[in-house]
Amino acid sequence: MWRKEAPPPSCGRSPSPRKRGEEQGLKPGHWRPGARWAREEKPSLVRHAGETAALVTAHRDGNRDVLAALCPAARALGLEPGMPLSKARILVSGLDVRAADREGDSAWLARLGLFAARRWTPRAAVSGPDGLWLDLTGVAHLFGGEERMCERILAFCARLGFAARIAVAGAAGAAHALARFGAKPLILCPSGGEADALAPLPLAALRIEERARSAAIRLGLERIGELLAMPRAPLQRRFGGDFLLRLDQALGRSAEPFEPIVPEEPPCVLLRFLEPIATAEAIAEAAAEAVRRLVPDLAQAGLAVRRLVLICERVDNIKQYVEVSLARATRDGAHLHRLLCATIATIEPGFGIERIRLIAARVEPLGPRPIEGALAGEAPAPDPALLIDRLAVRLGARRLYRLTALESDVPERSLARAGPLAEPAHWPQWPRPVRLLIPPEPVEQVMALLPDGAPMRFRWRGRSHRVAAADGPERIHGEWWRRAGEAEAVRDYFQVEDEAGARFWLYRREDLSWHMHGLFA
Amino acid sequence: MHASSSKDARLAALREEISAIERSGPVRDKRALLPFGIDEVDSRLAGGGLFPALHEAAAASLAPGDDAAATLFLAALAARFSRADGKMGQVLWALARRDLFAPGLALAGLTPDRLIYAECRNDAEVLAVIEEGVRHGSLAAVIGEVGRADMAATRRLQLAAEEGGTPALMLRRWRRSQADPLAAPSAAMTRWRIASAPSALLPHEGIGRARWQVALARQRGGPPHSWLLETPDAEARLALSAGPRDRAIEAGRLAA
Repeated sequence: MWRKEAPPPSCGRSPSPRKRGEEQGLKPGHWRPGARWAREEKPSLVRHAGETAALVTAHRDGNRDVLAALCPAARALGLEPGMPLSKARILVSGLDVRAADREGDSAWLARLGLFAARRWTPRAAVSGPDGLWLDLTGVAHLFGGEERMCERILAFCARLGFAARIAVAGAAGAAHALARFGAKPLILCPSGGEADALAPLPLAALRIEERARSAAIRLGLERIGELLAMPRAPLQRRFGGDFLLRLDQALGRSAEPFEPIVPEEPPCVLLRFLEPIATAEAIAEAAAEAVRRLVPDLAQAGLAVRRLVLICERVDNIKQYVEVSLARATRDGAHLHRLLCATIATIEPGFGIERIRLIAARVEPLGPRPIEGALAGEAPAPDPALLIDRLAVRLGARRLYRLTALESDVPERSLARAGPLAEPAHWPQWPRPVRLLIPPEPVEQVMALLPDGAPMRFRWRGRSHRVAAADGPERIHGEWWRRAGEAEAVRDYFQVEDEAGARFWLYRREDLSWHMHGLFA
Repeated sequence: MHASSSKDARLAALREEISAIERSGPVRDKRALLPFGIDEVDSRLAGGGLFPALHEAAAASLAPGDDAAATLFLAALAARFSRADGKMGQVLWALARRDLFAPGLALAGLTPDRLIYAECRNDAEVLAVIEEGVRHGSLAAVIGEVGRADMAATRRLQLAAEEGGTPALMLRRWRRSQADPLAAPSAAMTRWRIASAPSALLPHEGIGRARWQVALARQRGGPPHSWLLETPDAEARLALSAGPRDRAIEAGRLAA
């Protein structure tokens, strides 16, 4: 939200509303949002003078590497963005160089812009590779005024680990220039004071082409103030292009396009009732109607639902939430309705429900699907995903799962839960029991022929067993990288069969105590 | 004389009627039949294999080893249904306890990509999940661990399994009362009692392929029987133990 209607100037009403914008920007090549080293290596960002090398990121430009972003220490050493990396290495020995991650940076900037559009202002836009426009028109007072709001935004960015700079001005161009080339990280440009504020800034702040800028510098024009003092016609004649346009945009004399970020709203249906409804049949009918309206919207957008939320707003202004998760994205209205109906019993209608809101809280893209088996005449094979959805409503989605292998030799750590339709990893083909005792149970009166051999006889759960055959040991070490206490832990597993044919999985710990861990079939 | 011949005729007519009823059921589709692949076992099963219907198995005793054997027996049956016709059928396992160890099941052919777990709070929920699973018809098999299930519940499951064409495999677990879980009446097509048996001693150190005493305690349309089988391999194939082949059936094991 980059324009704001300021109080009309004292001299009278101006034909177009005065514009006031804010640019939250970062000096080019300075600590940019999402610069890789600002994101991933937070601890290393604390650098004490003289302790470590200056940190820069570099990217490929044509056939040479140039600096993309610098830490303050590197900047103090005289390096600047755009400098060839080879030159920087000559100037500063022991330079710490990382690869620049432009996609990552812009993804972070887009996330920040989306957050700004949801949290701070309805009109926010990404500005270049390193800045955001926020239109403060009519929103600053909600956050305690412009200065207070900017401080809060700076504090928010600091919590995320970004060093941000903010300038508030009446024109987008002026805010852009002041945010990047201003003296302070927070600049509030008074209304109408853009020309004075911009005068001491270099020409680079104006977003003009490199060719025009170098031509102006050759003519001895270095500051924006010097341009302002000159007649306009010769400037246009000499530099042409959008030179004057950029100058006018900075001063608020000409308009600038603004492409706001539009946060995506989940597909949603709202039903209002003339009379409050309270019976299960009425709610089921209303849910059916809501699904009937939602499905065409989804089909048109090419989306399918993974999670559906039904909000029933009661007459006493209490909201009842019902949620349905789906194993696979679908927009099958009958299936969705059946799942919703199974959850109606959990709704307490109270004195009645006035409004029903059905939200596709999580959606996934889904293209048109071929019809299965209809041409040949046979019925299509039922889909297990539909069954999983129904069971998930009955049991709860967390109670339906697959088990997948984890890379651990410790039996109780070798599996993890995954989604019911996930593609699980397989376990190695070591002998493993069918039932695992958690926790392992102590085994008493173990007799073994040799100190490190298989047991000959043991007592477990009050019954003694004589071992007829045994296999082992399979030695499993403690995982010292998880816990220091496991550095010494060792388990020697034995598979033993007693005289009745029952098979057990026993292990001997490093302290020579025996435990029962599982039962083979 | 005249009376007895009319009696015989009536009996014959009734037998004819019963067999007609038995033939007409939806489970009598021979294509859905799943043989064990062991002639000695298949020849004793009515129909020559397992129909997609309700099948029950229980451990022969309260010993934990027998319980593990019954568990793996059902897992192997489910894996065989899942692998029938070279398909990749999904198996749903309704758990009541959480001591099942998936790597052990994978060794019997029930690999993690064919198995979905449903954690249930009590027997009633297990029965409901089995019923919904078999009725839907999209799964290769449904396994449930049940402590108590009465005649009405098993009848319901049996009808649902026939309707959906999906086998329901029920593990009847021993309860604290120490009553044989297979003593209660049930509508299951077959009821199995599994006990671990001593394996053949190897000529060297180590432990051989485990063996089970598999008793078919009851089956619809056939007499009970008992075999000594070797535990399933990675393809879920059971094998007849090479040792005491064709030995006499112990009468005690057949009291169902």
